[in-house]
Amino acid sequence: MSAPAPRVVIVDDHGLFRSGVRSELARHVDVVGEAANVEEALACIDDLRPDVVLIDVHMPDGGGLEVIRRAPREQDGVRFLALSVSDAAEDVIAMIRAGARGYVTKTISGSDLAAAVERVRDGDAVFSPRLAGFVLDAFAGEPPPAGTDAELDQLTAREREVLQHIARGYMYKEIAQRLGISAKTVEAHVSAVLRKLQLSSRHELSRWAMERRLIDPE
Amino acid sequence: MIAAMAVPADAAPAEDVRRVRRDPDAGMIAGVCAGIAGRAGIDPIIIRLAFVAAALFSGAGLIAYALAWIFIPARQGGTVAARLRPARGNIEAVIGIGLLVLSAALLLRAVGWWVSDAVVWPAIAAAIGGALIWRQFVGPGGAAPAEATARAVQAEPRVEPLPGARRLSVAGVGVTLVLGAALVFLWANGALDAAGDAVLATVVVVVALGLILAPVWWRLGRNLAAERAERIRSQERAELGAHLHDSVLQTLALMQRRADDPREVAALARRQERELRAWLLDRPAARADKSLAGALEAAAAKVEESHGGGIEVVTVGDCALDDRAEAVLAAAREAILNAAKFAGDAGPIDVFAEVTPRRIEVFVRDRGPGFDPSSLPHDRHGVRESIVGRMERHGGRTEIRTGADGGTEVELSLERGAS
Repeated sequence: MSAPAPRVVIVDDHGLFRSGVRSELARHVDVVGEAANVEEALACIDDLRPDVVLIDVHMPDGGGLEVIRRAPREQDGVRFLALSVSDAAEDVIAMIRAGARGYVTKTISGSDLAAAVERVRDGDAVFSPRLAGFVLDAFAGEPPPAGTDAELDQLTAREREVLQHIARGYMYKEIAQRLGISAKTVEAHVSAVLRKLQLSSRHELSRWAMERRLIDPE
Repeated sequence: MIAAMAVPADAAPAEDVRRVRRDPDAGMIAGVCAGIAGRAGIDPIIIRLAFVAAALFSGAGLIAYALAWIFIPARQGGTVAARLRPARGNIEAVIGIGLLVLSAALLLRAVGWWVSDAVVWPAIAAAIGGALIWRQFVGPGGAAPAEATARAVQAEPRVEPLPGARRLSVAGVGVTLVLGAALVFLWANGALDAAGDAVLATVVVVVALGLILAPVWWRLGRNLAAERAERIRSQERAELGAHLHDSVLQTLALMQRRADDPREVAALARRQERELRAWLLDRPAARADKSLAGALEAAAAKVEESHGGGIEVVTVGDCALDDRAEAVLAAAREAILNAAKFAGDAGPIDVFAEVTPRRIEVFVRDRGPGFDPSSLPHDRHGVRESIVGRMERHGGRTEIRTGADGGTEVELSLERGAS
């Protein structure tokens, strides 16, 4: 690859897990820092300005949501990839709506994680099969009544197709091949879906995000 | 801002045609008759005549209309009662309505449309008392659950719920009004004369006992509630402990003993993970025989247990396990089993099911070397009969394809339209 290795900060309250991820990623990316709680994470991000922050959803003092909300915005070049053992819809959707550019579960393999980090660094979105399933579920059925932004509240046929392939376990490259489009186009579709996921006012999405916010100690 | 998001989203679906709603646009006064007629599917004039007739008979119609106005929500927006809730400082409005009812009653009395003082006054007192009790115990306007949750979520609640003590005392006033009205009614109609002394004695004793015991009951109730909460908590702790001991610790011990077999360890870890997740999410296994998604997950878990390897199931939508769903499920189970048997070592297996009102689609994808379906040996009944044959018998379709760089995907699809 031509670009330099992404600079990564790992935020997780389990030391064992941090060192595991660190050793798995060491060959592919440049792990510049680790943090075990929200305050440490914010200081670390402010200090090191990493390309990608791998962030745990559940932490004792407010969790990943808190970090994403308080960290410098994306125009400063810091992007978030959520990494969690949880695969509950409200966790996933809340992280994405707070600004994470992707969500993977902790059982992901080292090389897949490295690829995901690179994709997030490049500004693309990372959808696991499960996240794709959630999105298809959330955007199923009729869009909400008029007055809302119709464009944001439903998926195009192509976006739906791409998500279905992700849910079926295809990689972007394979999807591009199957649909007869370029890998860049697949990435553009996924990024568009991410944007809709973050901005849509669809009832299901608000509900999921809200459920999470209620549990979240603030 | 949250409220603004939640309320309109919830209010619209809560509009339920089966409920009676006032229709102020179509009504003469407040739309009560129009609303009832609309629900019953008859001409409003019939309901209106009925109310007028009831009004002529001792004014009952007027009172009924006023109550309906207050308690039946309008088609858009809530009940008048909800808008008049005292927390918003509308005591004046409540008093105003009371005075209106009173003046209407007095007017009727003066005109001569009147049964007798002995009936109407107790009835009015009982109605007010009843309304107070109902408001305390039925909850704000009988809000639909969705609306209630939305309210709970709002940053600034529109309606401050009355604190427990005030609730009880308001309800107490209501009880007193209703009981008093009943007694006055009996007394005024001479029913108490015969047993007068005995009743009086009973009432005095009951009231005295009530005064004495009320604080004790009050305290007792609170202690019981606290005790119950504590008991539930310790039960939960015990249950959690037992669960961790029975499953998680056992699995960890097993994993230490099998540490030299990574495949086995991974399988054990996955199984434990699945169990713990199901337990944490409180997903009873019973769901597995009710819905397609649940059954598919259960089937995948079973294959994973017997053949190892990781099987990821993603489902979108769901449906009941009818004949067609059963057929798809059976075919999918066979496909998953095949994938695990012949390609389980090559990498994870992805199962994706999408249920729409029109069709059921299931995709089972493995990372194995792949095979050519046309060159299947004849003894491979699995694919021929259990998958392709079964889908065809139910009017469905099977497609098996192998990617350029390996990996086989079995696609099952079945229209649901005919059912």
